[in-house]
Amino acid sequence: MVNWFSRFITSSIGQKIIMSLTGLFLITFLLVHLIGNLQLMSSDGGQSFNEYAYFMTHNPLIKTVSYGLYAFILLHAIQGIVLWRRNSSARGSVGYAVKKDRVAGDNSRVSSVYMGALGTVILIFILIHMYQFWLQMKLGNTEMITYGDGEPVKDLYTLVSAAYDNVLFVVFYVVSMIFIAFHLWHGFQSAFQTLGLNHPKWTPLIKTVGKIYSVAVPVGFAAIPIYMHFFQ
Amino acid sequence: MDNMTLTLKLWRQKNANSKGAFETHTLAGVSEHMSFLEMLDVLNEQIINEGKEPFAFEHDCREGICGTCSLMINGYAHGPQQGTTTCQLHMRHFNDGDTVTIEPWRSQAFPVVKDLVVNRDAFDRIIQAGGYVSINTGQAQDGNAIAIEKEQAAGAFDAATCIGCGACVAACPNASAMLFTAAKVSHLAQLPQGEVEAAKRAQKMVAQHDQEGFGRCSNITACEAECPKGISVAHIARLNREYISASLGSETQVN
Ligand code: HEM
Ligand code: SF4
Ligand code: FES
Repeated sequence: MVNWFSRFITSSIGQKIIMSLTGLFLITFLLVHLIGNLQLMSSDGGQSFNEYAYFMTHNPLIKTVSYGLYAFILLHAIQGIVLWRRNSSARGSVGYAVKKDRVAGDNSRVSSVYMGALGTVILIFILIHMYQFWLQMKLGNTEMITYGDGEPVKDLYTLVSAAYDNVLFVVFYVVSMIFIAFHLWHGFQSAFQTLGLNHPKWTPLIKTVGKIYSVAVPVGFAAIPIYMHFFQ
Repeated sequence: MDNMTLTLKLWRQKNANSKGAFETHTLAGVSEHMSFLEMLDVLNEQIINEGKEPFAFEHDCREGICGTCSLMINGYAHGPQQGTTTCQLHMRHFNDGDTVTIEPWRSQAFPVVKDLVVNRDAFDRIIQAGGYVSINTGQAQDGNAIAIEKEQAAGAFDAATCIGCGACVAACPNASAMLFTAAKVSHLAQLPQGEVEAAKRAQKMVAQHDQEGFGRCSNITACEAECPKGISVAHIARLNREYISASLGSETQVN
């Protein structure tokens, strides 16, 4: 059992399948994350967002999925860096003096060639992002707030809103979203191709959805710090 | 134009173990009707007349079907003209006064043998791993005895046009040979005769591909863009499907 499976998963295609499945999981997560975070822009002083955050950190099912998420981010990043290093050495000791990269059809040259570099920037973003919000929440470095006669909940809204008072953080979040957009502009459709899901009837649809997703989701995320900085 | 003068920068390397370097030559009287290889023939003649050693480069059919010619020309595998082998590239695509940089394929798995010639045995070993159909010869079969859907036959034909030149590896930023491997697997997997050994073939050929030191596919599609036969990356998706089902679904195990 270990034999045939480890042969499969460590092969070039197996490693790519790890990238694809973890990538698709992260894509699903980003959408859920965005929908939840849009509540930051509601003008109720953070009540709906704080109650949502409380639910997300106390529901056993969601807590379990979140451990899977941490593991998948790590797996995607480690496997990605392994592939990136492997692929940069495959050219051999002497490279080309002149090399032009040209791609087929409507594939994106910049996104596809620089997936590793884009991913590494995203990894740094994720670490800073988690230090700034997730770790502060876990360490309990937040005020508690009570709505009506419910349980006291952590006031994450104030933590976020204080961060976005600083224009540098607004810029940092907006620029990071551009990197995610580029990563997904190639990554979304690539994940399907890796799984073998290339079909004359379906691939055009996958590519269109991928382009809409990779623009709309980062724009949605970027809108939050901009809105909170200028209008809240 | 019948009288172009070109500055040619070519890779010169004595053998596999020596360090190479670029050598620059000026070639006058290049006609637009020459093929790229004919232009190199004229250059070599000039070099021989100067009492020096001509450049080694590979060629055979010179009609775009054997896959022997290679050459990275100004950063493009088989030159800037798409869907064309080096031997079918004509000098009318260049202008008087151009500088043309000519390099061998670069891949860890394709070591330089001499000058512009690389060793592409790695491809042969991938084929030997499973890129064939085992047939016990005997009575010839009736024509049309085995039915095959038209789209499927066309798909197999498309994959079968791969001439094994290695441009996909040369062009790929990851130096991956997935397009070549996929073309071979996809060609045979779509034919009734090839289907019999499909599970073994996909696993063995991918294992050999990986062992040769080629990079891993990132779906960049530079291979399809530079492939002289325009082999589509859709074949790579089919290889992936074949490989997943062979590795996880079939009872066939390979070591
Ligand atoms: C927001 C988080 C992220 C999402 C949604 C995401 C999504 C994806 C997707 C869908 C793919 C395509 C997989 C395929 O081609 O089969 C991919 C590829 C890749 N990702 Fe990410 N990714 C994220 C973060 C990262 C991080 C943190 C790294 C760290 C280095 C990274 C590195 C890579 C690399 C190197 C590839 C290319 C793999 C290859 O084709 O060889 N990604 N990503
Ligand atoms: S797939 Fe195309 S580029 Fe690659 S070896 Fe075959 S013919 Fe050459
Ligand atoms: S020499 Fe045969 S394909 Fe170019």
